[in-house]
Amino acid sequence: MLAFAIRRLVQAIGVMLVVALISFIMFRFVGDPVNQLVGVDTSPEDRAALREALGLNDPVLLQFGRFILRAAQLDFGISYQFKQPVAALIASRLPATLELSLVSAFFALAVGVPMGVFTGLYPRSWASRAFLAISLIGVSLPTFLIGILLIFLVSVNLGWLPSFGRGAVVDIGFGWTTGLLTTSGLQSLILPSITLGLFQMTLIMRLVRGEMLEVLRTDYIKFARARGLSRRAINFGHALKNTLVPVITITGLQVGSIIAFAIITETVFQWPGMGLMFLQAVQSVDIPIMAAYLLLIAFLFVTINFIVDLLYVAVDPRIRLGGARG
Amino acid sequence: MIARFRTNCLAMSGRKALLAATASLLLGTAAQAETLRFAFQGTLNALDPYTLNETFSLGMFGNVYEGLTKRDKDLQIIPGLAESWELVDPLTWRFNLRKGVKFSNGNDFTAADVVFSAERVRDASSDLKTRIPADSVWTAIDDHTVEVKLTSPNPILHYEWDTWYMMDKEWAEAEGATKPISAKDTNPGPAAFKTNGTGPFTIESHEPGVKTVFKPNAGWWGTPEHNLTEVVFTPIAADGTRVAALLAGDVDLIDPVPVQDIPRVNADPNTEAMTGPELRVIHLGFNQMDDELASSDVKGKNPFKDPNVRKALYQAIDIEAIKERVMRGLSTPVPLLIANEQFSGSKNFTRWPYDPEAAKKLLADAGYPDGFTVGMDCPNDRYVNDEAICQATVSMLARIGVKVNLNAQPKAQYFAKVLAPGGYDTDFYLLGWTPGSFDSWNVLVNLAGCRDETGKGGPFNLGGYCNKDMDALAAKIVVETDTAKRDAMITEAYTIMTQETSHIPLHQQSLAWGKRKNVEIVQRPDNQVLFYWAKVN
Repeated sequence: MLAFAIRRLVQAIGVMLVVALISFIMFRFVGDPVNQLVGVDTSPEDRAALREALGLNDPVLLQFGRFILRAAQLDFGISYQFKQPVAALIASRLPATLELSLVSAFFALAVGVPMGVFTGLYPRSWASRAFLAISLIGVSLPTFLIGILLIFLVSVNLGWLPSFGRGAVVDIGFGWTTGLLTTSGLQSLILPSITLGLFQMTLIMRLVRGEMLEVLRTDYIKFARARGLSRRAINFGHALKNTLVPVITITGLQVGSIIAFAIITETVFQWPGMGLMFLQAVQSVDIPIMAAYLLLIAFLFVTINFIVDLLYVAVDPRIRLGGARG
Repeated sequence: MIARFRTNCLAMSGRKALLAATASLLLGTAAQAETLRFAFQGTLNALDPYTLNETFSLGMFGNVYEGLTKRDKDLQIIPGLAESWELVDPLTWRFNLRKGVKFSNGNDFTAADVVFSAERVRDASSDLKTRIPADSVWTAIDDHTVEVKLTSPNPILHYEWDTWYMMDKEWAEAEGATKPISAKDTNPGPAAFKTNGTGPFTIESHEPGVKTVFKPNAGWWGTPEHNLTEVVFTPIAADGTRVAALLAGDVDLIDPVPVQDIPRVNADPNTEAMTGPELRVIHLGFNQMDDELASSDVKGKNPFKDPNVRKALYQAIDIEAIKERVMRGLSTPVPLLIANEQFSGSKNFTRWPYDPEAAKKLLADAGYPDGFTVGMDCPNDRYVNDEAICQATVSMLARIGVKVNLNAQPKAQYFAKVLAPGGYDTDFYLLGWTPGSFDSWNVLVNLAGCRDETGKGGPFNLGGYCNKDMDALAAKIVVETDTAKRDAMITEAYTIMTQETSHIPLHQQSLAWGKRKNVEIVQRPDNQVLFYWAKVN
């Protein structure tokens, strides 16, 4: 087990290094940061001096090595645009993204599971067909379109909810700002969470539905019915419980992609999180922020996969045996 | 949510007279706290006013800081922190400072602060070095008089001083901010995010990229023309979101409104678009430096070295069609590379007429009866409808046989390719230019001065147009203090450029701001958003 964990850890570090290298090579093609840092009147000599001072004339591998050495000490440099340490910038934007992601995941579960159960139990009812039709929209429409549609429908035409931003936030210590404690903060969360969580909701609903249909056909459900148990006990106590194992696995894996894909939702709603900062950084060629963000997301996925791998080992002895052999 | 629902219902029911009356009654009672919520497409970053020479940031700082001069609603130079100034002799200027002016921290504004600001703005890490000559000598004669000694006459010395903001010497020394924050600073202190100006507003809080809150400066020396108690600035990058925020009533003022959304903003009973010409002039330029165009099928020679070929391309472009179709009426075609507002002599110039037949003849006479192929570079997120202008150009040039391969890319990549660091790698390009000094000399040098490989001479003359006579004129213009003589020389220079078709001037693009109807604000053609002329009714 320990050997397996260590091997996985080494692989994880390798993955992070590769992600960092690939992103560094890509930065060659995103444009010239210096042009975004100075006014139009700035002389070519001053521009050249700035490029030299930022180390942009060095070979990619040298720049990469410097970045990795500093990153290992959790120093990601200073943002070109904001002139603040990148680590502090990311820390200040992290709460917004995490709150949005967790509320979205909660929304996806709280709505997706009951809808899945319902459509599984009553596959022929008109409501089930309606749910399935809605879920088709969820999987087929791109996130930014859903966001814009919601803004125009709910904010512009109905005027019910704010069209952008995070509302009023409260600092609850450790630099963590939360919008969960104010009315405007909660109102602001609704539309972005739905936008971000719609795809996951659809996924969970379809998953639960499929599993329910499967489980309801099994013998032990028939026996439970024969024993005269109540429908409620059969559907939720026996059937649903057995469908939840894959749902939990998928949800865990999806949390990573919710955080990563928050970029689009954050842009559409001007949500001041990491994703929005990343997109601003891409537009202004703010390499320190881009590098740190990509590394952070890679770290997130690597960590989640690492934990999932360990859990699988704990659950499934076959993997353990395979690991001991190889 | 219910409270919000109610206010929006009231705001929305402009069609129903009764409810509308109630709404205005409610708005009227809230006259004590007038907040202007403003959204712009870009962000406000570090707050050091010498870090970035860019209109939007400088305009924002203009609410907090003040220069020795100011510009009024019509962009005319008026006294700012200097009450008056005189030319003692062509090389000596004397500025009499306003008395009783205080910085927002309570310090007095004196001549020592001006001398300090002059040193700071010339520092190597400043991006506003062009504001004053590097070799000028600044002396405080007394607490409220400053003398400036120049090494050569400069009639436009103070033209850009409305955005060269005076900083407090004591404050800067206490904060460790005696040098401007530069992009290469690895450890900018907290002073980069503090302000201490003499202007009508102060910055109460600033989260870069998220939100900035301005409050009126109670100790300001002037008489406020605004009625604001607070300004909240939020950057909203996505066009759709910015327009939606205005329509939903979540912000009061947005800059810019995409031209295709202007009818929508005007159709809403509570919002309207404000449009007007901007000073920026969009033009096309030709590579006239290389002996062969890399992107062309013409080998062994460069067709753009022939003025007649350049004129043919000029005459093939239907500028009115671009105005009507691409810009939806919101552009002002210009004959020169400078805005009509910025050079009084521009009324004496006209564009080469649109005439595809004449263009074909010019091409045939130049030896290209079947036209030729050339590549074009164009940004797609820098100017209003920039990519669409280039596409229209491509189809218009196709009619005279010139096949253009368009390469439109985001500004970050575009500028990396076409400017000096990319080796001016372009044969045909679209560029916009606003002379920061409001003066033609800036245009003549930056866009049309002879340059070398590194850009020395004319850094934004991407195509390398070169005429020694014009360079000589520019050198005389910069030191000529007699306005009439100076204007005559500028006219001469522009005549040379027009005759040789050095570039193709296209148009001044339009500003388009969107606002709630209860907001009054002044829209200057330089696109600075100045809260001190804003009212929320």
